[in-house]
Amino acid sequence: MTMTGPVQTEQHPLVELQGVSKVYGRGTAAMQALDGVDLRIDEGEFVAVMGSSGSGKSTCMNILGCLDTPTQGKYLFKNLEVGSLTRNERALLRRHHLGFVFQGFNLLNRTSALENVELPLIYQGAKVEERRSRAARALAAVGLSGWEHHTPGELSGGQQQRVAIARAIVTEPTIILADEPTGNLDTARSIEIMELLTAFNKDQGITIIMVTHEQEMARFAGRVVQFRDGQVLADTTNGERL
Amino acid sequence: MLANTLLLALREIQRNVLRSFLTILGIVIGVASVIVMVTIGGGATAQITEQIASLGSNLLMIRVGQHHGPGQTEAAPSFDLADVHALSREIPAITAIAPSASQKATAVYGNANWSTTVTGIDNKFFKVRNWTILSGRQFLETELRSGKTVCVIGATVAKELLGQQDPVGNNIRLGNFSCQIIGALEAKGQSTFGSDQDDLVLIPLRTFQRRIAGNQDISLIQASVAEGRSTEKAKSDIEYLLRERRHISSSENDNFQVRDMKEITRMLTGTTQILTTLLGAVAAVSLLVGGIGIMNIMLVSVTERTREIGIRLAIGALEREVLLQFLVEAVVLSSFGGLIGILLALSGSFGLAKLLKIPFIFNPGIMIIAFLFSAAVGVIFGFFPARKAARLDPIDALRHE
Repeated sequence: MTMTGPVQTEQHPLVELQGVSKVYGRGTAAMQALDGVDLRIDEGEFVAVMGSSGSGKSTCMNILGCLDTPTQGKYLFKNLEVGSLTRNERALLRRHHLGFVFQGFNLLNRTSALENVELPLIYQGAKVEERRSRAARALAAVGLSGWEHHTPGELSGGQQQRVAIARAIVTEPTIILADEPTGNLDTARSIEIMELLTAFNKDQGITIIMVTHEQEMARFAGRVVQFRDGQVLADTTNGERL
Repeated sequence: MLANTLLLALREIQRNVLRSFLTILGIVIGVASVIVMVTIGGGATAQITEQIASLGSNLLMIRVGQHHGPGQTEAAPSFDLADVHALSREIPAITAIAPSASQKATAVYGNANWSTTVTGIDNKFFKVRNWTILSGRQFLETELRSGKTVCVIGATVAKELLGQQDPVGNNIRLGNFSCQIIGALEAKGQSTFGSDQDDLVLIPLRTFQRRIAGNQDISLIQASVAEGRSTEKAKSDIEYLLRERRHISSSENDNFQVRDMKEITRMLTGTTQILTTLLGAVAAVSLLVGGIGIMNIMLVSVTERTREIGIRLAIGALEREVLLQFLVEAVVLSSFGGLIGILLALSGSFGLAKLLKIPFIFNPGIMIIAFLFSAAVGVIFGFFPARKAARLDPIDALRHE
């Protein structure tokens, strides 16, 4: 195995894309979203994925998030070939190892913050009391103690995104995949969110892969991967963070 | 997990109370109408059986003439007392035999007069028809033999002519002779066919033949068959004997008929049962329509909640977990419909039974069946929308606006 990217002592990277291509549609309508992407991310990294729309970064995120599978090439998650897994096996992988944060927050409407955060624990089969206390702790960790019983409609955008982050970290995942988490927020709120993510990355060693348009937000990451036309254009390490 | 799913379903229903109620209305009506039909049908059947039993269920009725259908009766010679004696002598299965003859007549008491049926009988009549004498007595042997002008009257006649006073001892006028009331019958109420069984005056057969009919004819012979003896066998024996006595050749049809009350019971209850089944089947169609309503709303619900499904799938919900969530919701909805339908049916059939004056028979079996059926409707019609939800692509679902 050739060693590229940041030098790591671990034998296997956490996730690795090997020559991954993704084609949507067929025949003349076919659209090449990813074209032979190689990428490896090690445990504990904070990676910002950048690129204009249509550059393939969202497709790459979907594949990394086990929501989609490559048309060609291999996606290894902890050395496990994700492409060969069934839909349900991928769901279990997401359930136990991944946390998602979306641009549009994607909380359940008319459902309290606490219940939103409890949701992944329900699918993990946690007991009611355990679920309650873990969700409350996660909300406290994002600075939302006292807001447990507010529904998304009663929370500001920044607060909603914090609930979403609490939902992502409550299961203590290996990776958080954040798709433009600050896209709908003003700068002050965005910086708060980025600080939160950075804290989880540093303190709990959760690997974070984040798509963003904004250079300012990408600066919080230790590494920036640039996409263009379905390929990795640049893969740079933010010197000042190392 | 199942408890969570159930809770989730209940909350989803509670969020849309009005819509949920409208959704299950079809099931409510379906379940309620099936139960009402079956309950009322069961009550009607029970009533018929009971009324026929009050006539005496092992009774054979032997009539003159051959009925070809309603109102079409072929004229034929009447029976006479010799026939009656022959029957009781030759057919050992008969325990009691009651010859009778009837005619319409007007009964008069003071200023009141009442048109009724006067029937000439002997004392066996009371036994074979299960009549109970409320006050007074039966006819004496001497009264029967000499054809005395005494009578036993039914409850309707007593009420119409004498009002509340005890009829026994009073005299009423029948046609051209006066007649002393020696007994009053206990009321039996309406018959299955809607006629008033208590509208009758009974007099000794001989009195009837002499004073009213002016002949020796007997139009009806009623015979009780001994308990444990086959009424079928007794019936064919009677037919054989009467054909011989009436000189009917083997090529001719009977000019009399022997009817078995059991046969009539079977025929009548059979008819009501067929009707009940038919009405129940029609009602069951509305259950089907109700199921389609549930499917429709569940499909709308899946579309409305596409994002939610996307979130659940992204978080790691398995296909079958999403399927179960929507399926449970549909089943809970339809079961609620079933429960409300049962409550509605209970009060509805109770009220209707009172209105139609038939017994209200609580039938837990049909309730359980209707409830299970409504739950099954939820499973069947909820499955397709639930599967649609479970098979959504999480990426598309999350992007759904």
